[in-house]
Amino acid sequence: MVAVLPSGGAKFEQARVGRRKSTPYLLLIPGLAWLTVFFLVPLFSLAQTSLMNARQPGNPDAGFLPGFNVANYSSAMQAYLEQYARSFEYAAMATVLALIIAYPLAYFIAFRSGRFKNFLLVLVVAPFFASFLIRTYAWRTILADDGFVTQFINNLGLLPDHRIIATPIAVVAGLTYNFLPFMTLPLYSSLEKIDVRLIEAAGDLYAKPFTGFRKVTVPLSLPGVVAGTLLTFIPAAGDYINAQLLGGPTDRMIGNVIDSQFIQIRDYPTAAAMSFVLLVTILVVVTVYVRRAGTEELL
Amino acid sequence: MPATTHAVRYRPSAWMRTSRWIRSHLIAAYGILALLYLFLPIAVVFLFSFNKPVGRQNSTWNAFSFDAWTHISRDPTIMNALGISLRIALVATFVATILGSLIAFALVRYRFIGRSSTNLIIFLPMATPEVVLGASLLALFLNMGLPLGFTTIAIAHIMFCISFVVVTVKSRLQGMDPRLEEAAADLYANERETFRYVTLPLVAPGIAAAALLSFSLSFDDYIITNFNSGTIVTFPMYVWGAAQRGIPPQVNVIGSIMFFGSLAIVIAAQLVGKARRKA
Repeated sequence: MVAVLPSGGAKFEQARVGRRKSTPYLLLIPGLAWLTVFFLVPLFSLAQTSLMNARQPGNPDAGFLPGFNVANYSSAMQAYLEQYARSFEYAAMATVLALIIAYPLAYFIAFRSGRFKNFLLVLVVAPFFASFLIRTYAWRTILADDGFVTQFINNLGLLPDHRIIATPIAVVAGLTYNFLPFMTLPLYSSLEKIDVRLIEAAGDLYAKPFTGFRKVTVPLSLPGVVAGTLLTFIPAAGDYINAQLLGGPTDRMIGNVIDSQFIQIRDYPTAAAMSFVLLVTILVVVTVYVRRAGTEELL
Repeated sequence: MPATTHAVRYRPSAWMRTSRWIRSHLIAAYGILALLYLFLPIAVVFLFSFNKPVGRQNSTWNAFSFDAWTHISRDPTIMNALGISLRIALVATFVATILGSLIAFALVRYRFIGRSSTNLIIFLPMATPEVVLGASLLALFLNMGLPLGFTTIAIAHIMFCISFVVVTVKSRLQGMDPRLEEAAADLYANERETFRYVTLPLVAPGIAAAALLSFSLSFDDYIITNFNSGTIVTFPMYVWGAAQRGIPPQVNVIGSIMFFGSLAIVIAAQLVGKARRKA
């Protein structure tokens, strides 16, 4: 994702141009064929499915006929607008929280950790080797009603429902936790690339440390912020594991809807239409965001 | 660091020194707090692997016991699920690492027509939510009438691992000094020898990292697998199902082993790398 072409490699590439024109294509064909057959074609398959007609309206078990039923989209959106909006709301909250947690952490590792740098990086990634589901399930224990965390925060009077589990707080907390390394690592790699002399120069020019941070460090770390927020927001918006394991029945996200429509209810056109709306929304959000941030070389 | 350069020019006032001391330790304290937060659930998983739960739910502490550790394989369904997940992860890692590395080589080493569309095809699967990837593959398999099972899961896993392999290997290739290969060519190594004795050893750590990443992505995947599994139960699917009825402490044991095992692998790889650089 973070793909900025190196200037050093250009000469070497030039040297090879014209030698054997077919070589790059031979290298690409197997992998791209796989992605075409099992990624691009399925998307078309999904689009086709989203436009199918029910053989018997209201009874998905009767099967579906190929068609061009655009109404599937409007009826799906009408039925699940709430979950759809909630997904983006939760994902946005989790992304902001992850940024707040990860930025100082990445800053600490990049500038203040000395010889422990690599070790700390391993520590950031390590928890994610224990399975996603097991970790999320552990949060269920931590945030349980009779647990220390809930009791403590509740005694401070900060919990309107007097509990955390089965509320939106738990879902957002789970999303934040589970996608934190996707935020931390890009932030770290862009902070680490900053030439420390630039920050020192700001100090030499009588900028206060905070001004130097705001005017030098933050702008230079922007590519990391953009990459990190995207890598957190995209999976968070489509996730349904956190909503299922940590949330209550009123906290369901669009992923839960797609999953249950596809697998339990087997209303394939509705599920496919919802998937498409989700995908297109995310692509639009990503494009607008990247254009705004002015870091198009990221893609 | 700014502290040293400034000290040469003037002595900072006591106030500035204290404020700088607080600031530098504040960020350290924050970093440590954030790391503790990251490890909190792992600590819970590890702790509860020694619990002797009352009833089926292993979420309230009852009594200390080594039972789950000494009887990991008591429940054959867990072991079956684990075996299936391992086999799928191995197949997916093997195929995706090869396909992805080839693409990475083509992208970094050659200029060709269709480069930017290739980049787009690599990027898109990573920008697509997992539900959509899973659902679209299911739509394809249903339309094709392909039976769901081991093969369809492996196909799906290879698909989403390829992009991550490309990105990982590509960044390693881009970080390489091209002069090393030019030097080999200057020393009369032909293209194949240069690749075998210079390029490949230099890219190997990147390929290994990509393989490790693929393995853990595949092994840990629930969402895409759930769409394409048919009646097969992988380890994450077992955990998901058990979460409704109550997860046995054996799952905590397996989670702990996965955590400490991969931590050991990563640390060992770092130490080996360090020793090599010194030699």
